[in-house]
Amino acid sequence: MDWSPLWISLATSVTATVITLFLGLAAAAWREGRNGPAMALVDGVFLLPLVLPPTVVGFLLLLLFGRNGPLGKLFLGFGATIVFSWPATVIAATVVAFPLMYLTARAALEQVEPSLLQAARTLGASEWRVFREVALPLAWPGVLAGTILSFARALGEFGATLMLAGNIPGRTETIPIAIYFAVEANEMKQAAAWCLIDIGISLVLLAGLYYWTHLQSPERLRWARR
Amino acid sequence: MGSALMALEVQIEKKLADFALEVSFRAEAEPLSILGASGAGKTMLLRCIAGLEQPDRGRIKLNDRVFFDSESHLNIPARQRRVGLLFQNYALFPHRTVAENIAFGLEGLPRDERAKKVATLVERAHLPGLEDRYSRTLSGGEQQRVALARALAIEPEALLLDEPLSALDTHLRSQMEIQLQETFAAYRRPTLLVTHNMEEAYRLGARLLILSRGRVVASGAKERIFQRPPSVEVARLTGCKNISRASAISDHSVEALDWGCTLRLAQPAGQSIAQASAQVSAQAPGFVGIRAHHIEFVEANGASSEENVFPCRLVQSSETPFRVTLFLTMQQHSSQSPQPDAAQLQAEVYKEKWQRFRDKPFPWHVRLPSDSLFWMKE
Repeated sequence: MDWSPLWISLATSVTATVITLFLGLAAAAWREGRNGPAMALVDGVFLLPLVLPPTVVGFLLLLLFGRNGPLGKLFLGFGATIVFSWPATVIAATVVAFPLMYLTARAALEQVEPSLLQAARTLGASEWRVFREVALPLAWPGVLAGTILSFARALGEFGATLMLAGNIPGRTETIPIAIYFAVEANEMKQAAAWCLIDIGISLVLLAGLYYWTHLQSPERLRWARR
Repeated sequence: MGSALMALEVQIEKKLADFALEVSFRAEAEPLSILGASGAGKTMLLRCIAGLEQPDRGRIKLNDRVFFDSESHLNIPARQRRVGLLFQNYALFPHRTVAENIAFGLEGLPRDERAKKVATLVERAHLPGLEDRYSRTLSGGEQQRVALARALAIEPEALLLDEPLSALDTHLRSQMEIQLQETFAAYRRPTLLVTHNMEEAYRLGARLLILSRGRVVASGAKERIFQRPPSVEVARLTGCKNISRASAISDHSVEALDWGCTLRLAQPAGQSIAQASAQVSAQAPGFVGIRAHHIEFVEANGASSEENVFPCRLVQSSETPFRVTLFLTMQQHSSQSPQPDAAQLQAEVYKEKWQRFRDKPFPWHVRLPSDSLFWMKE
């Protein structure tokens, strides 16, 4: 059995999750304290990938990153083609996972008691220090939950990936794509094996998430102190 | 900098939901109590000074630093103001220990110097042994001490306390009050203390500022405000229970319309009517008031012509462990009407005293001492 879809899936999901974590946190932190109709539109744009069919997302990404797309041209300038390459799987996974990260990070940051942030400011802390040493550590359980959800979503990404990255075994063939083509080739045992692996990873992640969030208390969240 | 030069000068306006905060005052290197009912704008005032809210107009200056000036569009951020703010809920960082909370504002110091300073603050706040505890596991009084130590760690040039005692149990309050007094005595910089409790305001502040719906209705030496409230509003906010509409007959004599009697006043009635208007016209309307504990009970030896002595009857009484509040009416006729008489006066006496006259037949006689009565304009 060729294990490459497992490694490709894991590499893609981990990379996409790390990127999503930073993008989602940055977007959520930026959005804090801003309001108005323009922000509603911003929220709409950020959340669109969650509700659009993955094929629509894939098609838009093709327009963006294709040879004639604005970003495609930009990368071509550096001699890089994005479409049908491994980075394309990461881009597709990042875009579809982003709304989950953004939503959970925002909810988590909003739950931090405002007087704690204000107390930090009166004690001379810069906005960056307020975020890094007060807001983030206190929002961390929610942010971590968002990270795990994003990872699970990235792992399951199919439609947009297929459209942007195609199915190149050993390069862009992730587990969901491997399953689809195994079924199409009538290799039912192969498909079933990949299904079991996918279910296993997802189940461990979600169960771990629940177990972990029930263990949480602020005292355990000391990572960001120094 | 000599303490004579230290001053917090505030003159701000800010529109709030249902009224406007319009405050102007100056606080020097001593504690100033800001008294007002909930929602009078007290907390907002502190937040403006600390830099957490921006006034619409005005100017805030501490010593020689201007924090806010609407004319020159100056608004120094909170982190640069070096103003210690003690939050009503203390706002301790739950993910940091006591020592780490106190050290938060000392980020700029070298590690060993910081540790030394934290140790000193822990000592001074009577917190030894609790350095590694989390705020969740501390009592209310301990949390308050940590929050105060944390605010003092940055050596703030002014200290603002938002209802520092309201979250504590009654038995802890007097204890914490003494500690606050110690802290104030050692601190000797502008200190504002916001409270809705007039006794707290009186005990903790050297001076008093009374706020009502965003406006300063009285400010100055606390003794003077309590003895001679300038207005009915201030009298009520400082706990005066007996207020009657009145008209001035002469300088020292007023007719109390609600009490139906003529009273002699030690202080001329006209005095607190706008002194600018040269002459007090006869029949000038105003109010006369007296505090419940100033009302005296006297033996009437037939001659009720004594100054400010009037017959009265008890309508109702209400006991606390050591004192009793008596609700009295000065109506001459006994209750032949089916309706019970409305009480006109509230007197407060120690129970020992009450025991002595509680079983005596009506009418009792009360004296409203002329030097305890005060005249107020509207």
